[in-house]
Parts: sequence; structure tokens; C-alpha cells
Amino acid sequence: MNARDTHSTPAPAPTPAMGASRIHESARAQVAGTATYIDDIPEARGTLHAAPILSPVAHGRLRGVDTQAAQALPGVRGVVLAADIPGDPLLATFMHDEPIFALDTVQHVGQVIGLVVADSAMAARRAARKIQIDIDPLPAWLDARAAHAAQSYVLPPVVVRRGAADSALTASCHRLDGQLEVGGQEHFYLEGQVAYALPLEQGQWRIHSSTQHPGEVQHWVAHALGLASHAVTVECRRMGGGFGGKETQAGHMAVWAALAARKFRAPVKLRLDRDDDFMVTGKRHPFAYDWQVGFDDQGLITGLKLTMLANCGFSADLSGPVADRAIFHSDNAYFLSDVEITSYRCKTHTQSHTAFRGFGGPQGMIVIEAILSDIARHLGLDPLDVRRRNLYGVQDRNVTHYQMKVEDNILDPLITTLEASSGYRARREALATWNARSPVIKRGIAITPVKFGISFTATLFNQAGALVNVFTDGSVQLNHGGTEMGQGLHTKVMQIVADELGVPFDRVLCTATETGKVPNASATAASAGTDLNGRAAQFAARNIRDNLAAFVAGLDGCGAGAVHFAGGQVISPKTTRGFDEVVRLAYANRIQLWSDGFYRTPKIHYDKTTLTGRPFYYFSYGAACTEVAIDTLTGETRVLAVDILHDVGTSINPAIDIGQIEGGYIQGVGWLTSEQLVWNERGELATHAPSTYKIPATGDVPEHFKIALWPEANREDNVGGSKAVGEPPFMLGISAWEAIRDAVAAACPQRSVVMQAPATPENVLRALRPEAFGGLTAPSHPR
Amino acid sequence: METQTIRFIRRGELITLGNVPPDRTLLEVLREDLGACGTKEGCGEGDCGACTVVVAEPEGAGLRYRAINSCIRLAHSVDGLALWTVEDLAQADGTLHPAQESMVQCHGSQCGFCTPGFVMSLFGMYQNHVRAGREITRHLAQADLSGNLCRCTGYRPILEAAQRMADLPATAIDEANLVAKLTALRVQPAAPGSASGYQMPTTLPELLALRRDHPGAQVVAGCTDVGLWVTKQHRRLPQVLDVTRVRELRQIETGRGHLSIGAAVPLADAFAALVAQRPSLAAFAERFAGLPVRNSGTLGGNVANGSPIGDSMPLLIALDTRIVLASARGARSLALEDFYTGYRQTALAADEVVVRLDVPLPAPDEFLRVYKISKRYDDDISAVCLAIRMHRAGDTITGVRIGAGGVAATPARARQAEAAIEGQGWSEAAAEAAANALRTQFQPISDMRASAAYRREVLGNLMRRFWLESQGASDINLERYALAQLMP
Repeated sequence: MNARDTHSTPAPAPTPAMGASRIHESARAQVAGTATYIDDIPEARGTLHAAPILSPVAHGRLRGVDTQAAQALPGVRGVVLAADIPGDPLLATFMHDEPIFALDTVQHVGQVIGLVVADSAMAARRAARKIQIDIDPLPAWLDARAAHAAQSYVLPPVVVRRGAADSALTASCHRLDGQLEVGGQEHFYLEGQVAYALPLEQGQWRIHSSTQHPGEVQHWVAHALGLASHAVTVECRRMGGGFGGKETQAGHMAVWAALAARKFRAPVKLRLDRDDDFMVTGKRHPFAYDWQVGFDDQGLITGLKLTMLANCGFSADLSGPVADRAIFHSDNAYFLSDVEITSYRCKTHTQSHTAFRGFGGPQGMIVIEAILSDIARHLGLDPLDVRRRNLYGVQDRNVTHYQMKVEDNILDPLITTLEASSGYRARREALATWNARSPVIKRGIAITPVKFGISFTATLFNQAGALVNVFTDGSVQLNHGGTEMGQGLHTKVMQIVADELGVPFDRVLCTATETGKVPNASATAASAGTDLNGRAAQFAARNIRDNLAAFVAGLDGCGAGAVHFAGGQVISPKTTRGFDEVVRLAYANRIQLWSDGFYRTPKIHYDKTTLTGRPFYYFSYGAACTEVAIDTLTGETRVLAVDILHDVGTSINPAIDIGQIEGGYIQGVGWLTSEQLVWNERGELATHAPSTYKIPATGDVPEHFKIALWPEANREDNVGGSKAVGEPPFMLGISAWEAIRDAVAAACPQRSVVMQAPATPENVLRALRPEAFGGLTAPSHPR
Repeated sequence: METQTIRFIRRGELITLGNVPPDRTLLEVLREDLGACGTKEGCGEGDCGACTVVVAEPEGAGLRYRAINSCIRLAHSVDGLALWTVEDLAQADGTLHPAQESMVQCHGSQCGFCTPGFVMSLFGMYQNHVRAGREITRHLAQADLSGNLCRCTGYRPILEAAQRMADLPATAIDEANLVAKLTALRVQPAAPGSASGYQMPTTLPELLALRRDHPGAQVVAGCTDVGLWVTKQHRRLPQVLDVTRVRELRQIETGRGHLSIGAAVPLADAFAALVAQRPSLAAFAERFAGLPVRNSGTLGGNVANGSPIGDSMPLLIALDTRIVLASARGARSLALEDFYTGYRQTALAADEVVVRLDVPLPAPDEFLRVYKISKRYDDDISAVCLAIRMHRAGDTITGVRIGAGGVAATPARARQAEAAIEGQGWSEAAAEAAANALRTQFQPISDMRASAAYRREVLGNLMRRFWLESQGASDINLERYALAQLMP
């Protein structure tokens, strides 16, 4: 369907709720300015504000902190340092390697050494700048290659092999090798990190946190305060954007705010200034690659050796699973027969890089896409032909390098459809003619596919809970373990519950995510929010429906299976009653009108040491055709046209799904074009605000931006036949990167395209005219 | 510090605020003092637009509406204006304004944090365009919303919402009533020498007297840079001298061979006046920051600020602009390039202010181009900015002025490149000579925007672009480049 078809006037609620482009449940409040974010919550009496004290040095021994000048400023209550932590001075992270506040060493510029607490946020921030920090500098590794050379790692390397890559390479007809550097990415959630910690009676706490993972915030805060988890309740109504940046990183704010609140016996809010947010929190992992590939005359890959260096920053955080997912997705859509992938998790003295939409998947996919188009140009073939030649098969060539059979492969028909609907072949020919006549501007085009594995690779996280309450007036209140960050999760789960109970959509209301309502919930991440929480909520609603059906069956003398729920009515073979009436009667007859629901994803398993098995329940697919233009005088680029065909299974909400596809695509293009993180030689992130870090703006979206949905239900049994949509479209942005490389090749047909990501004007011009920059090996990042 | 009371009109009511420090931002007043938390802080530096509000003042028979960034605007500056925040648009019964309803219907709100800012920019567009019967084209929507960032949607539904506002039932503001209230509020001129921490003189003599008596006061106009000194550098401004109400500084006049732009004219209006005379500047004007910054910031402020990457100065230097300064001692004028004496250093004396910029009118044979290279086309700061104005008689160059930004400690005139081709025939070889002279004259630095090598390479390449365009090449600049239709 065309994106423009989703514009609709809200109509009287049709049944069912699922499948319709329901307006986001908060949209009306958001446009009116009445939707509440953490910083908008009315402050409790005596609330204080905290600001972080940041390390100005990338790596060094911390000798002392002089707080005198800061403490003398008006409005300042005092400071919080590591000595004020009652419990473990390390955060309760999985690897237990990250101090709450820097202890004896600092490990990146921006590492938090402590807090200043004051009557206002501005007073705290002003005072934090006055803190004198005494540090003896130590050598610092600022990128993955430097760390790898120094054997500096946060976790041991992982190797995944199939077949015999070395001998396959030797036997290959053709061989190429290369390097690639791909930059990181700042999340740039519009709402910066924020937490508000309220001490309650008897050692209990309420934490308002802008977090994708309230359960982990609860665990971390309890651990830092030396309390049991039951003493801490964490609540999140919504985030102003997350994108993975509030999966673990939100926990830091909450722990810091709680420690300050404990010391000063007052509610404390910690809202990071945007510049501090850039300096403190982790980003998408920058990656560096070395690769050797062998292939035949048709471009079929016959052997591949790939080394991936992940720049993890100073601690492990989620780097292990991120680097694992990069391994799992370095095949993208392609069968690799003889392959060896070595993954190094490099420890650098920068922010600790973390989850970001795609979670290593983009870093896995981009390198194989780059290799395939390099092969095509080497052989003089159309890159799309080489890509198609290497696709996974349906009957054979259908097992991944980690030994999972690809059972739901729709790559060939999906790409065939997009190839036709985008007019790719004719446009490619026309472009060649046009480029021959255009000396300055060159155009390029590329189709790249996405095959993205859905499930947390850590199998235990693939569980979810929900709570559905029906009140005596027939209204329905829903709560589940997932968090709302704009992706429309609550709206979709409300649709699912409405249909399960057969009530109009507007009878269902979703309340704030809260650890006391649904405990031990996983992060809202891995695109699995609706799959997990939607099913759990469906099961909860089903329990209530079953109770009501049994009750009505008793009244009407029929089987419970003969009672139907639809359109706000309960229909038995004998009588039709309103849902509200049935609820009233059921209550009077002491029938339970609320229920929990629980879901765990079936079929998945894998061996964490060898990285083999079935880590994913299913795959989400998609493909994008992007056309770009580049300016060979300046290296500037522009995206001219985009056609996307994406697989969301049976869409629960087409408008929301298309919103995820469009937003993900543009964010992916940003990662690979204008969004450049630059750390200077002192290890300071020089791009620490939107004035210097450029996410896409309105002018970067082409008018021709067509989204179509693949018309087929999920082949696995998933809620409503749908598929996950949060992350996969991000990687469709790789088509813009490949189109730019295609245009560079059109300008320089005589040599291979060596370009580093992101394709800033400078990096494009370096690829076009390496001789003007001292050759191809010059660093991509201006210092 | 004692300050005057702030008075403005919101929801048709007079709001009066006392004891507001001179350096308190409008956003702080809204969120912390008035509890109006619908307006969000996204970046605190006027780059993301989440804090956008709309102000209006009488102009002609009606009101002139401007979307501005409240995060870097000083609260006192809205004294005497009408103000709308996102909470002020819906009717009492909850009926949404078309700017809001259109966003809802087009699914333009996901996480919702940028949404209030977009709604307010849309409201500004509604009042300035839809109410005036002007169609909101896709281009206009992109240009007027380029100062609002969204990280969720990819913008398509928001641009669609902008274009569909006009299809919804119309909503009007009782402008006559507001104009009457605002006229009644017209600020009395502050007494020269008064102890108030925030001064808003209305005449040039008053301004000059205040400047003389308070050399330590911070002069501000739109505050689009000084605001960051407050929010990012945490500087305190005990005394502020706001020039935006000075009548003489708000005028745009044409005469004596010049377009004279008062120092307090907002960038949006200044560029409109420049574009009216030189239509080739239209795209460049739209790329200067985002609309909320252009609505607040002034051309005089951009010039006086003296940043080496200020985008207006290379153009103004290439146009032979003179800057007029005044103090109680008298007035003087300088060639703009002579105004800059070092990195963020200018010839402005402690008791002087910038009064206006005199831009010579275009001659018929003028060939003018200004090129801006940045990582993002819109709302970004130049890595390199190059402005070239050439006059020719036949093939002979009879005059050339070149201004460059981002390549030296100050905005600069490229005298070596000018000298290399002045009086010569205009040829590919001459362009190459000028390109080489540009690369020789400037020793740019490497920073987060670009390396020195890139800046030098591009300086010369832009001269090549200028050559090609002078020979009739069109469509070789991607800043405005769209496909009429897909090939084939």
C-alpha cells in the first residue's frame, strides 16, 4: 500500500480494532502539550536537582576532587561522590565492570565522577563546572584499531566458522580484500536522559525513569542502595524517544538520582543537559573491518574471512550481544558456504557504546553489502545480479553460518517485486546514459535487502507478562511489561486486547509501565515489544473472556465455545447481550474480571559458546531501492527517490508500521551520511550537540518516498500474524550508502570505491579524489 | 538585580511577571514559573525546535507572527508581545487547532517530544500563510520546518500535515482585539541611566546613552548566540541591553544606491529584502539556520558576533557592504571586512553599537553566487562558505569581490584570488588561477566540521563550480535538486 493511503479521518470504531490505522493512543495529548514526560511531572515539595561532574581526561589516575568553589555557590546543597554509595560501588550490569562513579581511574572524557546537588538544575550545572579534578593522564586508545593493536578488550574474541574459509579462498577463481570503517551514531532521542527519585516511607522508593527497561532500573537502584528489589518501584508512562539509548543508559540516571536523594533525604531529579548527554552516554558501536572474499565468475561468494573490530568504549555494557548480533547478520540475506568470522570487542577510552536500533545488525549487514557491490564492480556486473545470485535458497543453501535453517525465506519474490515496481533496471540504464553526459553531478542507484532475526539472542529475555483489568462498567484497563517510546506499542496492544474481548478500541486504556504491576519484564528492545507483550496481553484478555464465556454458557445453557465476543456484544446461540451488561452480571455472580497473561517465545535455543542454534523465532524481510546524486566537486550528496517493500506480516496497524519503516529508513540514512561522531586527539567528543551533530532534517526527505507492505502473514504463529517492525527498516538505509558508492563508481570507473562511513561530503570527496588528501589511507575523521 | 515587570498577552489575558532575572530564559519562565510544561527543552541551543513558541506584534493593520526558540530567548524580550504555547491552541471544548488536528490525522506524532515544537511552527505557518490564502507547498513546508528536528517519523507525515492544515475547518484569531491590547501595552521607554537590569530602549539616542553609561551591559538582539552563553556556558548576565525595540534599527530602506538593513532587523526579513533584489540568494537564505532562529536572530547580530563561520558575512563582504557604527560621540562606517580584527575581535568600541548595514544595489551585469558546504543542507553551519560577485565587460573581468567563511580566524575577503583575475579575461584558466589563489591565501583549520585539506580542496572546487555556472551550467548544485520525475 502507498504511504499516502494511510491518511484517514477517524471514523466510528469499526470492528475489529486490529488491521486499522488507529491513531497513536497519545497523539491527541501530544499535539496539545498535555502528554506528561518525566520533567513535566509536578515536583514534590523540597525537590532538589543534580548535575554530573565529568572527567575532562580520557584515561588517567584520579587523584582528587576539590569541591570547595562549587559548594560556595548560591543554591548548592553539596556533592555526591563514590564514597557516598552505601552498597556496591559498581553498577549491577551483566559484566559488573562499570563503576557508578569513577573510582581510582577515569576511563573516558565525560565519565561521571560525582554529582552536584542544588536547588535548581542550572545552579547544579554551574557548580559542576567549578569542580577541580586532579588526574594523572595515562595513555588512551580512542578507536578500535588502536585498542586492537594494544590487545585492549572488554570481552574475549568470538570466532564463528563454517566450512574451510582458508582453502576455499585459495581455490576461488577471484579474490578481493579490503578494509572498511563505519562510524557510530548518537541516538538523539529528543527527550534527553532523565530520572526523578522519590524516597518514600520505610526505606521504599519510587523512581520515575525515562527507560526502555524499568525492571533493570529497579534492580540497579536496589543494588546501589543496598536494598531488596521489592523496595523499589519504577514507573515510565512514555519516553520522548529511546532507539536503544534508554535500554541500559537510563539506569545510570536513576541510580545517580537515587544516591543523591538518599544523601540529601529529598526527592532528586537528574535531567542531563544535551551536551552532557552526548558526553556521558554510549552510542552505536563504531566498527572497523578487514575482509578477504573469494568468488566465481558470476559473483557467487565461495569463501569469506571477515574480522570485525567493535569499538565498545570503556566497559562491556551490551557490547557482547551487540557484537554477537553483528556476527549473526554479517550474512544479511546471503548464503555463505565457507566462512570464518572473527569478532573482537575492543576496549577504548570513550563512552561505553550500547544498544541502538539494529543492535549490531546494521554493522553486520553493511560490510557484506559493501563486499557484494565491490565484487560486482570487479566483474563488471550489476550489483543487484550479484546480490540475487548469493541469496539464501528455499530448498537448499538455506542454513545460516550459525546453523539455523531459514524456513520463511521470501527474499526472491520480495526483491523481484520491488525490482519491478521501482523500475530499477530501466532506471539503472537511464542513469548510465545520464551520467555519461553529466561531468559534475553523478547519480547512483541500489537495491539492498534486509533479513533480520527476531528474538533476543539471550533466550531468557524472550518472556513477557501483562495485566488486564475489566471494571464493573465494562471499561478495560491494560498494563504490560513493555514501554512506550513513540513506536506505538501501547496502541497495538490496546488493539489486540480490544479484539480479544470484542469491545470497541476506545474502551481499552493502557496505563504507565510499572514494575509493581508486571514484574521482571524484559527491556522493550529487539523489535519484540508487540510480539511479546501483545501476546501476553492477549492471553490475559483471553482468560477474562473465557471466564465470561463460561458464565454466559451457564446462563444460556450452551457450550462456552459457542459464545462469541464482537462489536461490544456477547453473542450466544440464544441471546445477544452488551459486553458491559455481561460484565455487570458476572461481577454480581463473583466471576473474576481481571487476569494476568504470560508468554514465552517457542522454538528458540542456541549455544552461547559456539553461537550456533536457533537464536531467532523468525526473520523479518524487506528491501529498498534508493537513488542518489553526488557532487564530484564537493562530495555533497542528496537522496532523490526511495521505494521500499517491507514485510511486517499481517499489519496490526499499517499507519504505525509505515511510520516505523519511514522513520527507521531515514535514521539509517542519517547514520551513513550526515551523522558523524568526531572524537578529537584528547578523546573529547567534539560533536556533542545538534549544532555539530547533524541528524536528518525536513529537507533530507525526498518527495518520492514510497512504502509498500508485503502481503503475507508471518509463517510462524505470532500475534495477529504480524511481524516485528522496530529495527529491520533501519537497515534499509544501507541502500542509500550503496547508491552513493554506485555514484562514486560512476565518477571513477577506473578504480575501486574505498569510502568510509558516514558518507559526509568530505568522505565522499576523499573517495573521489584520494590524491587530494594524501592517498586512500588518510583518516576519515577530521581531527 | 532589579528588573522591570514583564507583561505579555497569552490566551487573550495580560500576564504580568515581576522579579525575573535579566538572563532567565523564556523556556525557564514557561516551564518553571508558569508551570506550562507543554513546551519542551530538546537541546537548549536553538537547534532542535522542541521549545518553539509563537510571538506576535502589531504590523500594518494586523499581527506579524513569528515562531521562535524559547530555550535561548530571554524572557524579558517578549515584553509587550502576544505569546502562544502549545497549550494555547485548542478551543475550550478540546477541539484541536488545524495545526494539531492535521498532525494527529497524518500520524505525525510518535514519541511526541518534538511535537509541541512542530505544532507551533505549523501554527506560525497557518497564521502567516493559510490565513493569508497562500498555499503551503511541499517546498515551503520543508523550508519553514527545517528548524524542527524529529527523530521518529522521517518527516513525511509531518510535511503532509503541513500541507493538509488548510483542508480542515478554519480557525481565526481575534486580531483586532489583540492589536488593541498590545497597543495599550506599548512599553514606555526606559529612563536612561535607570538601574534596571534589562533595558529595552526604543530610540537610537536612548540606546547610545545607555551604551555610554553601561559599557559592561551585554548588548543583545535575538539572543540566538548570547542565549547559548547562558544555557551552555552558564554565564550570568547581570545587565542586558536589548536593541530590538529601537525604531531606527528596525528599518529596511532603499536609497542612495544602497539597501540599508537596520541592525535589529530579523534575519528572515533581512534575507527577504536581499532576495527581493538578488533572487539567486533564495536557497542560501533558506539554509541559514532554521526559521525560528531567522525569526529571532538579526543580521546585525550575526555580523557583530564576528564568528568566523557566520554565514552572512562572506556574502555581505562579496557585496561590498559597509557597516555603520554609532556611539554618543557620533557615527562612522567601515568596509565590513575591515570590521574584523581577529578571532571574534571587531573594531566595535565599548560605547558603540552596530546601527545598520549598507548593501550596494545590484548592477545589471552582476553575476553572484554564494556557496555553503555543510554536513546537512538545512540548519547547519558551514565548513566552507564562499561568495563570489563578478562583473564583466565582454569576457574581461571588470570587478570581482570574493568573501570566504570557515577558512580563517575571521570572515575574510579573498584579495589574492581577486587580484589574480581582476582585469583579466574570464576563462577556465582564470578560474583555475583564482582557485589556486584561494587555496594559497587561506590556511584553514581541521575541526569537527571538516579537515583543513578538505576545506582547501573545496575552496578551489567551488571556484570551478562558479566558472561552470558562469558558462551557463545549471543543476550542478545539489542544495536544491529534485527529480521532476523518475527516469525513464
